[in-house]
Amino acid sequence: MSLQSQDYVRRSASTLTPPSARRHELEVAKLIDVSRCIGCKACQSACMEWNNLRDEVGHFEGSYENPHDLDPSTWTLMRFTEWEDEKGNLEWLIRKDGCMHCEDPGCLKACPAPGAIVQYANGIVDFISENCIGCGYCVIGCPFDIPRVSPVDHKSYKCTLCSDRVSVGLEPACVKACPTGAILFGSKADMTDWAGERIADLKSRGFDKAGLYDPPGVGGTHVMYVLHHADRPSLYAGLPDDPRISPVVGVWKGFLKPLALAGMAAAAVAGFVHWIMVGRNEVQPEDEVEAERHLSDRGGAG
Amino acid sequence: MNRSDPTFVRHGVTGRLNHWLTGLCFVLLLLSGLSMFHPLLHWMAGLFGGGQWARAAHPWIGVVLTVSYLGMIVQYWRDNGWTRDDVAWLRAIGRVLRNSEDVPEVPRFNAGQKGVFWAMALLVPALFLSGLAIWHVYFSSYVTIEQQRIAALIHSLAALAAILVWIVHVYAALWVRGSMRAMTRGDVTPGWAWRHHRKWFRQLAAKR
Repeated sequence: MSLQSQDYVRRSASTLTPPSARRHELEVAKLIDVSRCIGCKACQSACMEWNNLRDEVGHFEGSYENPHDLDPSTWTLMRFTEWEDEKGNLEWLIRKDGCMHCEDPGCLKACPAPGAIVQYANGIVDFISENCIGCGYCVIGCPFDIPRVSPVDHKSYKCTLCSDRVSVGLEPACVKACPTGAILFGSKADMTDWAGERIADLKSRGFDKAGLYDPPGVGGTHVMYVLHHADRPSLYAGLPDDPRISPVVGVWKGFLKPLALAGMAAAAVAGFVHWIMVGRNEVQPEDEVEAERHLSDRGGAG
Repeated sequence: MNRSDPTFVRHGVTGRLNHWLTGLCFVLLLLSGLSMFHPLLHWMAGLFGGGQWARAAHPWIGVVLTVSYLGMIVQYWRDNGWTRDDVAWLRAIGRVLRNSEDVPEVPRFNAGQKGVFWAMALLVPALFLSGLAIWHVYFSSYVTIEQQRIAALIHSLAALAAILVWIVHVYAALWVRGSMRAMTRGDVTPGWAWRHHRKWFRQLAAKR
């Protein structure tokens, strides 16, 4: 690698501390204010343009979503939901979907390839493709159904939060392109403060359940939403209400790993100790004599 | 078999080839599988040409092992039926482990060998089916993510159980001298049969 980071706080499948010279770095966050989004897809286009991605032209699926799902060349996607509230008013809920950059990333926890998934000190979770082995465990680990493994090169892809731009002091491409200021980028503290002002404004306009989506189940996220119905995140095209790393993944990638190694080692050691204490079970000359005696008895009788 | 052939055939050519194909697949699966299970063992992926290769080869080797083990089941299930003798042998396991002469007579296979046979007969299909569910390249679109999570856990637990059974199996083969010859050359001396599988010895002796 010609470019390297020395700012890791987490590195997949690693038992040693990764290079982490700048742990003091400010944590960043992208704030997506759903209430200001007009669904223009400028962010989607900007993402394609900056990352130079060209998805194949797909099919119309009966919705404004286009393409109809995230894939290895579509790292962010506007999701559209038509929802009628209790009074029968139609609301068009539009959410920019993509990696949430969890503080405790399930993808990274599940990944078996050393250094294929890393988290920088600024909070961004990044896939280092040259280390990816294409197993799909990140898909299993993610609580948000985000990573997509390419069937062409067997590498997993997702939003990088434009880690390349952020590392040189630029905002992510989607933030730069948004015409309404619905996507903002800055320190996580500043974004949380700004969200507070937006939420106060929404509440004053009758959205009394407005709030910030920064789910504690994954330790908070570095992509946050301002939602007008923060009591029901799943209204927004299935945004998880209380995302957390699945307990099944927790067992699989938690205590089972050391326990299994210890169990295998114990079995091998038990064999070794038995060998030393008891030794081999060998056929004795008397066994051959006995066997021969039985066989010749038979031979004599026959 | 006649008196001019002083040894007993324990495993025929088909059985031996089938066994070693299964064994080869098992060792390759163990190495590639463990490389994806614990970071401390990731270096094992290097034996396959790297992580991508280990990931790609592992499921195909698993398919071969599944077919191969089905062959083992077809060839060996008759001699692995559970009987009252097995209970007696298990009760005497302490004496067996001390290499004592005073253990109940056993037929072609003892309860330990039958345990290995049936444990694998259960674990191999469990590993095959759970493995299909996490064979991302071909099957990810047919399986929900929650199902994949459960399959991954089952696959790991079943693999751990199979590896423990395998360690016991390999150690027992080294411990009981003459077992390796039985699975390589295929034959055993009459004394070996007398000492370790006396009921089987009596059956074969009766046929001579």
